[in-house]
Amino acid sequence: MNKKPGIVEIRNLCKAYQRGNQLITVLQEIDLDIDEGEFLALMGPSGSGKTTLLNLIAGIDKADSGSIRIGGIEITALAETELAAWRANNVGFIFQFYNLIPVLTAFENVELPLLLTGLSKGERRTHVETALRVVNLADRMDHSPGELSGGQQQRVAIARAIVTDPTILVADEPTGDLDRDSANDVLELMERLVHELGKTIIMVTHDPRAANKAHQIKHLDKGVLNAHPQADF
Amino acid sequence: MHILKLIFKNSFRHKLRTFLTILGVTVAILAFGLLRTVVSAWYAGVEASSATRLVTRNSVSLVFPLPLSYKEKIRQIEGVKGVSYGTWFGGIYIDEKNFFANYSMEPRTYLAMYPEIIIQEDQWNVFLRDRKGAAAGKKLAERYGWKIGDVITLKGTIFPGNWDFVLDAIYKGRDDTVDETAFFFHWDYLNETLKKAGRGWTDKVGWFLIEIEDPDIAAEVSLRIDKNFKNSLAETLTETEKAFQLSFISMTEAIVIAIRLVSFVIIFIIMAVVANTMAMTARERIGEYAIFKTLGFGSFHIAGLILGESLFVTMMGATLGILLTFPAAAIFGKELSQYFPIFNVARETIVLDIIAALVVAFVAALFPAWRAIHIRIADGLRRVG
Repeated sequence: MNKKPGIVEIRNLCKAYQRGNQLITVLQEIDLDIDEGEFLALMGPSGSGKTTLLNLIAGIDKADSGSIRIGGIEITALAETELAAWRANNVGFIFQFYNLIPVLTAFENVELPLLLTGLSKGERRTHVETALRVVNLADRMDHSPGELSGGQQQRVAIARAIVTDPTILVADEPTGDLDRDSANDVLELMERLVHELGKTIIMVTHDPRAANKAHQIKHLDKGVLNAHPQADF
Repeated sequence: MHILKLIFKNSFRHKLRTFLTILGVTVAILAFGLLRTVVSAWYAGVEASSATRLVTRNSVSLVFPLPLSYKEKIRQIEGVKGVSYGTWFGGIYIDEKNFFANYSMEPRTYLAMYPEIIIQEDQWNVFLRDRKGAAAGKKLAERYGWKIGDVITLKGTIFPGNWDFVLDAIYKGRDDTVDETAFFFHWDYLNETLKKAGRGWTDKVGWFLIEIEDPDIAAEVSLRIDKNFKNSLAETLTETEKAFQLSFISMTEAIVIAIRLVSFVIIFIIMAVVANTMAMTARERIGEYAIFKTLGFGSFHIAGLILGESLFVTMMGATLGILLTFPAAAIFGKELSQYFPIFNVARETIVLDIIAALVVAFVAALFPAWRAIHIRIADGLRRVG
């Protein structure tokens, strides 16, 4: 592994939701550093704030207070439109339910994030084919999501996440909807992305087997972040 | 790519729903177009009137005549270029339901003021020579299968008895705005017959048709004519041909207003139908819009997807509706030719159809787009799966 320091720096991060008259604290003064090329797993019980923390890191939710610096950019200070542009360039998303657009082919799904770039059609094609080769689905590029298995759909989603060569990849329960074999394929692919392409991955998971693939496991409980007791690799 | 392709594919994700919505828009635009055409047909006479033609009638009512002797007096009034005259005949052809406009007039001077009425020279010459001759519009002749030389008998209602006319000429309109369902004959024939029978209305006319030199002096000339006959036994009322035609329509204005109102109600109803479809569509895809946002697509793109789909569905229906309006109007026009001699789909109607469809598409997309833009990504993503 070739780790470089400080791609993600989180300080005193707080987040609470208003439910009726009640203020529910989700995250309390979170401090977290993630190095470039690191594979981090976030674990914890349901409602512990894992997905909220992931959403905040990915710039799809707003913090109440605290700082999130990613690649040197303070994303809590960005306006909505700036944040959208930042996400397009810096974050790749992998979801539990793949979240592919059902009416588009695998190729078109992977091409989607590239439509926001200034790349020509030919350049986009090259990038998409490369990404699909990385996930071993170059021969399925004309298939629609409905014609692919769950594992294949997740690999297409991973290709879509890496096609723009983002700074970080965020994965929310990426194996949660897959059988054991498909889950292993996806996890191996994520390990390859870290080891061979130097990607930084932050993954939320309930699955200890998936978490064990990570370099570091952090445990969230009631909005407080702790190092996982068995996670020193 | 694929934003357009995506809009197209999204539109057909629920084929039955899309088909029914397109069908609804088609029927609405067709109904809207036909109702607007009825309104246009109502005003066809007004639209076809000339700004250089005035009509002088008895100031009491059109049913009271004016002396023929007024003709020379009118001709001498400043600004008058030509004078002709006519009398409404109101004859019935076989049965009362066979209504068409029929009147007597002085053909040389009268038709000189209507260059839009075209009669073949040979027919015209025969018509001028034949005292009992008559001319009918092409559509009228077609309706009853009349041919040149046929004897046509009209049963007089204002002037009792059976009146025989020989069809000497069939006229055509210069364009499709000209009424081709009128029937006219020599005023002299009417007058001489009335004289022989010793009845009233001899040497009297229903109206004078006046050609003026300049449309800008219409009001002045009208005043001069009416002033000239002030305090006479038959005072006159002179107005432009347009105002004369409008005076007939004003009697039925409430019906026209009702038709106009119904045409807009139809558009409002279809707007609600399309808005409902788009609201359902956007609600189902809120998760997908969240994914687009996650990938970096902005509000403009999300609104574009929803508006694009609304536009696609609405314009598909509108195009079909517009295309169907023409054959439907042709059928209606044929069936209703007694009441609407000119039943053409006007260019303005098509423009209104398109504007109505665009308004429907935009309004229907407004709320779903606003909702999709403003939903938080995290909330939207919870709807997936």
